[in-house]
Amino acid sequence: MTALLHVDKISKRFGGFVALDSVELEVQPGERLGLIGPNGSGKSTLVNCICGTLQNEQGQVHFDGAPMDGLAAHQRTHRGLARSFQLPRPFVSLTLADNIRVPMLYTVHKRTGPLHADNVSARCIELLSLVGLDHKAHHMPRDLTQVEMRKLELARAVAAEPKLLIADESMAGLSHSEIEDILKLLKTLNERGITIILIEHIMSAVMSFSQRLVVLVTGKKIADGKPEDVVRNPEVVRAYLGQ
Amino acid sequence: MKTLPFVAICVIVALLAFFGLRAVQNGYLFVAGYVVLQFVVLATAWNILGGYCGYVNFGSAAFFALGAYTSVFFYKLNLVPLPVPALILVGGVVCGIVGLGMGYLTLRLRGAFFAIATLAMAVVLQTLVVNWDFVGGSRGAYILHPENLEFGGFSLPYNQYLFLLMLALAVLALSIARAIERSQLGFGFATIRDDELAAEASGVPTLRLKLIATTLSGALMGMAGAPFPYYIGYLQPASAFGLEYGVNSIAMPMIGGTTNWIGPLVGALLLGTVQEYARVTISSSINLLIVGLLLVVFVIIAPKGLVGLVQDHLRARRKP
Repeated sequence: MTALLHVDKISKRFGGFVALDSVELEVQPGERLGLIGPNGSGKSTLVNCICGTLQNEQGQVHFDGAPMDGLAAHQRTHRGLARSFQLPRPFVSLTLADNIRVPMLYTVHKRTGPLHADNVSARCIELLSLVGLDHKAHHMPRDLTQVEMRKLELARAVAAEPKLLIADESMAGLSHSEIEDILKLLKTLNERGITIILIEHIMSAVMSFSQRLVVLVTGKKIADGKPEDVVRNPEVVRAYLGQ
Repeated sequence: MKTLPFVAICVIVALLAFFGLRAVQNGYLFVAGYVVLQFVVLATAWNILGGYCGYVNFGSAAFFALGAYTSVFFYKLNLVPLPVPALILVGGVVCGIVGLGMGYLTLRLRGAFFAIATLAMAVVLQTLVVNWDFVGGSRGAYILHPENLEFGGFSLPYNQYLFLLMLALAVLALSIARAIERSQLGFGFATIRDDELAAEASGVPTLRLKLIATTLSGALMGMAGAPFPYYIGYLQPASAFGLEYGVNSIAMPMIGGTTNWIGPLVGALLLGTVQEYARVTISSSINLLIVGLLLVVFVIIAPKGLVGLVQDHLRARRKP
């Protein structure tokens, strides 16, 4: 099977600090991949390089069979790559429905041609109802709780109708039941055909969600395999718990 | 309301204002009205970039002056005598191109850095104009115009003609601003103002949209400046690049409200009228003091401007 995402030996430095060192990664269509690593291991930098927020200095990113290097972040979103942010970044001056409307107008619209305003509105409500926020469609983001903010972030990413969704620490700071909510939502999205990369520190969530686990430490990939095998890998144990 | 009915209402209101002022038979009202309308156009133009996209432009005076000096250039060139409406179009095109260029050079900057870059551009342009003898240099240029404009047996005093042109420009600027606000472009601008990174991640081509904003904003400011030499009769760099234009085009939307088209209109009508009143009753040098004081008051009591204040009040009343 052709990989949906192929990251080919990408490297990224910030001055003298090597954030990513020849990282290779393949993600198959429909897969649920967990990406873990201690703080500062390069997870967010990898996501930023994949999504075009940062430009990698070496290596290449291929998505859906096409090279992505040199493309701006919005062009990668148009190709089917979406992300949610570690800290929610809603459009604070727009209502929830309008937050969802933006990727539909700028991404789906570009891919499928002009959309009828009524269809866009109906789809906004449908997506908000998927994350349980349809009753707040006309509220402003400032009215939301932390978990609702995370859900809005995911709904906005999904509104771009992506092939691959990168969820960057979507559960950080949430209670156990809220984590369950988000996990359920991510699994539903995956069942609808969206490939998902989950970046998370909460191991129980990663273990229950991921079909495959990749571990980054100091900018290098040190493990890649089934979750139950990876967590027993001595190198991974050493990276997390020390010698 | 769709754009066409809105434009129709604006045109009707504008015509009522024009014929209402004619009925009063006081020439000064057209002179003062021209200044207020000029600020409506400038404030609305500034708001397209500053209010909708969140990029504060301190170089409004440069675009205004560039529009004015484009008219002076064609007046001095004297190849084909261009009517003022044509000069407005040419001024708009020139300033739109300069706005696009400024966008390419500065839009990778944000916040204070962008603001300083626009201010620097104004200083560079003023220096160029001061040293350009063809348009009068530092000594300025005289522009002569007839007392009355004659067409088809109808005679219109020139100040009324300029007022009418500025009225049309104000209708155009407000219609553009309102149409943007309710369009895909408006949503894109709002996302740039709120969070550029999230906007890109949602598929918004932020750089392209910002270039559209700088071009449109620059073009409208240039159009506001193009008839100015004909209004003032004698144009010198100090008056065209005056602090008055830079400060007012920021203060008026801030006082009225920056997130919609009504804010700059309200701010310009209010502040422009107060300044014109103060100019004739107290002193012309008190204008910037009034702007400064009002700006301080509004930043403290109504940071979202008058329109934001009213909207918040209405929202609070609606909540049980």
